[in-house]
Amino acid sequence: MKGFSALVLLLSMATIVNATPVDTYEFKSVDNQKRALSLAHSLRCPQCQNQNLIDSNSPVAQDLRLEVYQMVDEGKGDDEIVEFMTSRYGEFVLYKPRMEAKTYVLWLGPIALLLFGGVIGFFFIRKQRIAESNNQELSSEEQQELDRLLKRDAK
Amino acid sequence: MKKLVLFIPLVVVLGMGVFLYKGLFLNPQQLDSALEGKPIPAFQLEVLEKSGETVTNETLKGKVGLLNVWATWCPSCKYEHPFLMSLARKNILPIYGINYRDERALAIRELSREGNPYAINIYDHDGRLGLDLGVYGAPESFLVDHKGVIRYRYAGPIDRNVWKETLYPMVQQLQAEAAKDGAS
Repeated sequence: MKGFSALVLLLSMATIVNATPVDTYEFKSVDNQKRALSLAHSLRCPQCQNQNLIDSNSPVAQDLRLEVYQMVDEGKGDDEIVEFMTSRYGEFVLYKPRMEAKTYVLWLGPIALLLFGGVIGFFFIRKQRIAESNNQELSSEEQQELDRLLKRDAK
Repeated sequence: MKKLVLFIPLVVVLGMGVFLYKGLFLNPQQLDSALEGKPIPAFQLEVLEKSGETVTNETLKGKVGLLNVWATWCPSCKYEHPFLMSLARKNILPIYGINYRDERALAIRELSREGNPYAINIYDHDGRLGLDLGVYGAPESFLVDHKGVIRYRYAGPIDRNVWKETLYPMVQQLQAEAAKDGAS
């Protein structure tokens, strides 16, 4: 029993540690903290290529997330903070690229491909249907001929 | 005509193949700098060797220069250092150092031991200038024109090849621009 409660304590401590990946930064409010964390999650660490600012331990990521926290606490808007990041590190830091001429292919490409596939599928199926319905209908002459052939074979 | 339509998916797939294949050879370490074409961010920092003396972004105007971000904790900077020394000896352009997140005493000692290729050393202890420059590692270098505008960023150590093939042609071009504007 003692071992069990120790385990529970240990596990709950582990979750506490996990719940605050905030270094030692103290936010002015819980709302600020939430917003800052979600923002930092949506920004990519420029050095480590495929980690967000929270996940990464690199010095740059530490600096940048601190910057994000401070800007949130100063009351800056999301747009302003994202602008701050992209003006220094470029579009690369955005996990979700902005919609602009450069990224149309990225955003609209999949939809275009889906439409393209849909159109091809539609025509393909229609063609098959037409072919099928043509096959099924025998004229009465053809039917008679078929019956005659079948009868001859049966004999 | 109808037969040709059947080839459209093949063409699309081949097109995507070429596109993705090219993507394999991009170097993800070399990001485009968001600052190319923008002036050096405004700053006011101390000179590394003289704690009372300040440098600002205005100090760097007037000449085509190379801004080099370095630190004693950075192994690639040590690799790069001998080339910077030989470059400094050629007197082609001033090299400005940004001593990035470093200890002053360590940095000064390193320079006195290994040689100092820098015309001015900017002491960026808390990395604020580095942050404004979009630096994500060291070494990084910025080519700055005579108006103080960042024209090119190179991430990684400069060596003979990088200099010969990439940087020097741009330096020559920028210096020609400067000469045209009548700057020295």
